[in-house]
Amino acid sequence: MDVAFSVNGREVVRDLEPQELLLDVLRDSLGLTGAKRSCDVQVCGACTVLVDGLPVSSCCYLAADAAGKEVTTIEGLAERPEFARLEEVFTRHAALQCGFCTPGMLLTVSALLEHGELAGEEAIKHGLAGNLCRCTGYRGILEAVAELAA
Amino acid sequence: MTSTVPETLTHVGRSHPRRDAREKLRGEAQFAGDLVVPRMLHGKVLRSPIAHGRIVSIDTSAALRVPGVVCVLTGADLHDIDPYYGHSIRDRPIIAIDKVRFHGEQVAAVAAETPAAAAAAVELIVVEYEELPVVSGVADATAPGAPLVTDRESRPGLFHGLGEMPARDGNVCYRYRIDRGELESVFARADIVVEDEYTFPSVYQYAMETHTVVAQVEGDEITLWAACQHPFLVRAEIADLFGVPVANVRIQVPYLGGGFGSKSYTKMEPLTVALARKAGRPVRIQNRVGESMVTTRRHNMTCRMRTAATADGRLLARDVECLFDTGAYADNGPRVVATAGDAAPGPYRWAAYRVDASCVYTNLAPAGSYRAFGATHLQWIGESQVDEVARRAGLDPLDVRRENLCAPGEEVRAGGKPLDADLVGDVEKVAARVGWGEPKRPLIGRGVSVGLLAAGAHPVSSAICRLEADGRVVVLVGTTEMGQGPRTAFAQIAAEEIGVDPDQVTVRGADTRFSPYDRSTGASRSTTIAGLAVQRAAADIRAQLESIAGTSDIGAGDHLALMRTHFGFAGGELIGRGEVAPIGTGSYAEGPVFWEVCVGAAEVEVDPETGFVTVLRTATAADVGRAINPQLVERQDEGATLQGIGNALFEEMVYEDGLLLNDTLLDYRIPTFEDLPGEMTCVIVENGDGPGPYGAKGCGEGALAAVPAAIVNALADAGVPMTELPLTPERVWRRIQDLKKEGTWQQ
Repeated sequence: MDVAFSVNGREVVRDLEPQELLLDVLRDSLGLTGAKRSCDVQVCGACTVLVDGLPVSSCCYLAADAAGKEVTTIEGLAERPEFARLEEVFTRHAALQCGFCTPGMLLTVSALLEHGELAGEEAIKHGLAGNLCRCTGYRGILEAVAELAA
Repeated sequence: MTSTVPETLTHVGRSHPRRDAREKLRGEAQFAGDLVVPRMLHGKVLRSPIAHGRIVSIDTSAALRVPGVVCVLTGADLHDIDPYYGHSIRDRPIIAIDKVRFHGEQVAAVAAETPAAAAAAVELIVVEYEELPVVSGVADATAPGAPLVTDRESRPGLFHGLGEMPARDGNVCYRYRIDRGELESVFARADIVVEDEYTFPSVYQYAMETHTVVAQVEGDEITLWAACQHPFLVRAEIADLFGVPVANVRIQVPYLGGGFGSKSYTKMEPLTVALARKAGRPVRIQNRVGESMVTTRRHNMTCRMRTAATADGRLLARDVECLFDTGAYADNGPRVVATAGDAAPGPYRWAAYRVDASCVYTNLAPAGSYRAFGATHLQWIGESQVDEVARRAGLDPLDVRRENLCAPGEEVRAGGKPLDADLVGDVEKVAARVGWGEPKRPLIGRGVSVGLLAAGAHPVSSAICRLEADGRVVVLVGTTEMGQGPRTAFAQIAAEEIGVDPDQVTVRGADTRFSPYDRSTGASRSTTIAGLAVQRAAADIRAQLESIAGTSDIGAGDHLALMRTHFGFAGGELIGRGEVAPIGTGSYAEGPVFWEVCVGAAEVEVDPETGFVTVLRTATAADVGRAINPQLVERQDEGATLQGIGNALFEEMVYEDGLLLNDTLLDYRIPTFEDLPGEMTCVIVENGDGPGPYGAKGCGEGALAAVPAAIVNALADAGVPMTELPLTPERVWRRIQDLKKEGTWQQ
């Protein structure tokens, strides 16, 4: 079936099987490999993208459900003017190591920042608990996000 | 931060921003699963649903009829090669041959045009098994008359590295023993003897990027794009397995999405090559999380330990016996066991000690490296006994350590490198950060722990620096960038030596066709050993520039003019060479390259109604000799601290009769943001006492051994001594109920 949706501001139409996952369509069909596959069960957050501005785990999101919606991946976020500040602050705090969780983390952070849901340390810890990072111990990310939310 | 190193450096010692930050933040950094090789097929592995059995038959006919399927590989396809590998013991078939020995072992592999076709085909392979008795743990495996996990003769692997290969004894594939002093007579005259049995669980490293490999076979040329930490060791094993020259195997290592030891040595590469060889086209195999869990894991272990001391808290003797469950194939088990054996006594002045550590085959998934292996297994046990000595002697645990810890220069392993760190200074620093000696409420406890990890592995690394005609520098070195930051640290080192800005230096990833030899990325060795090779290669460039100029008084602005003078045109490049080779034989017995310090402190609170343990504060000592990049050092310790919290409090692969029950992240929990301790401090200690560049020595693993031990001691200080990890609420609650029944619950 043909499914039309928007990815990073560009309209795309793809002939999809009903069971195809958004993560696979983004990575394999559209070549947008910033979203990563890891846990496959909506726990780790490495595959996070925004659908109509809200974070979703694209490993468990049917691509067909994106019909008529706006999908934002890290590649799209990186084109936005506000990304420069995210990049500067995350770099200064060394809030990344291997980088595998980083795109998903940034998409969650950007959405929660926009909705004012990262006020204070407890809110940050709670808001980002769905994005795992095995490398950093979270401290650098916490510092970076606290600065961004201040 | 304490420093005795002169501050005469320009780029080293500064927290230079990560060179890979931009690529990684923008999602442009390429990992093995992001690469598309022309004509590439997708591989999918059929894995054993049982822990031990004979393969009676495999029917692939229905799978082969799935549209898009190119081939199915089984053990029968490997008749033309010696299909067994393993760097320590050559015991593992590329794919199951006749038998399966663990739940999840590879039985067949499909190559297809799409992942969906491969997945559909795997479901259609019909395998008939005849089940065999399951050896489900070390107790089973070492019982008289236990079934044998393998009846094959033990053959040493290419990188055994532990002296003469002992014969397999039943299910025991390796044994590490130390016997020093008159143990029994010392125990006989001791005032205090602490003795208990302990259990350490099987743990999953969870590198977020699962094992991923793309392989291509063209004639006798084999090319791999692999998420691997040790490309040069993998290259040798692949060449050996498939009978091609080492130089014909090319391994390119993209960014790794975490390693932590799980991608050390050879993992999914042989199977991917075998499948690509049969398919005649490139193939990618990308594990799912449940598959990576059974590709390698941290050894579970049981241990019996006793410690003898005088009434006034002088440590006398220690006796350690432990059984490591290495699963169906040895993987890095022998090295893990030897390292654990070295960590077992702890860095104290003993009159006598005995260690007997065994590496045992069972029908569990193979176990290998995970950050701070061996030390993490034993430090919490030994250190809890030191604290118990302190309690019985009525002394402050910190004072017992002040009295008994080895001093710099003292022997910590017979014939090995003397202690190269100030452990008393380190533990005092971390204790202060968790409020040691300050008043505390009931149910709060504080603990410290001290240990050593034999670090550096085999000290062979080399590097090449190229000063290009535009004045920029390229560093070729075999180190894998898996998050720990070598591309940044090496750029700083090269910049320091040559006299350019670190942003003018590019450090390339490992490609065995072009990168000079590097033994491995692991054992906290890269900054120390590969970093020293980079320093020497860069110093070589500097020497050439000074020779051309006839003076040492040159700046970065002079480089281009000097090169034009030298080459007579606007081209050419200066090539610098740096090598590190062992001093002595480089053998394990003479090592280690350095002792990595494992020192930490913790403050915890226990809820007696639920058994829930909250980590309030942690502190770790990064005793790094010289911090090339202090911010990256701190980040290493912080990451290891959170992994230590996970290992201590809740991480456990749960097995029942050889079957893994929690093979997804839904029921195998790793630390989230909400597990961050209230305060997490890393104390960087710089005494310039490392063998690496500028007196540096490695870090990043020690905290993972130190933190669980400090948490265990803190919980005992809060009233709940534990002998089994992880410290789940249920276990802690049950222990409290037992203490109440005994009348020893103190709160």
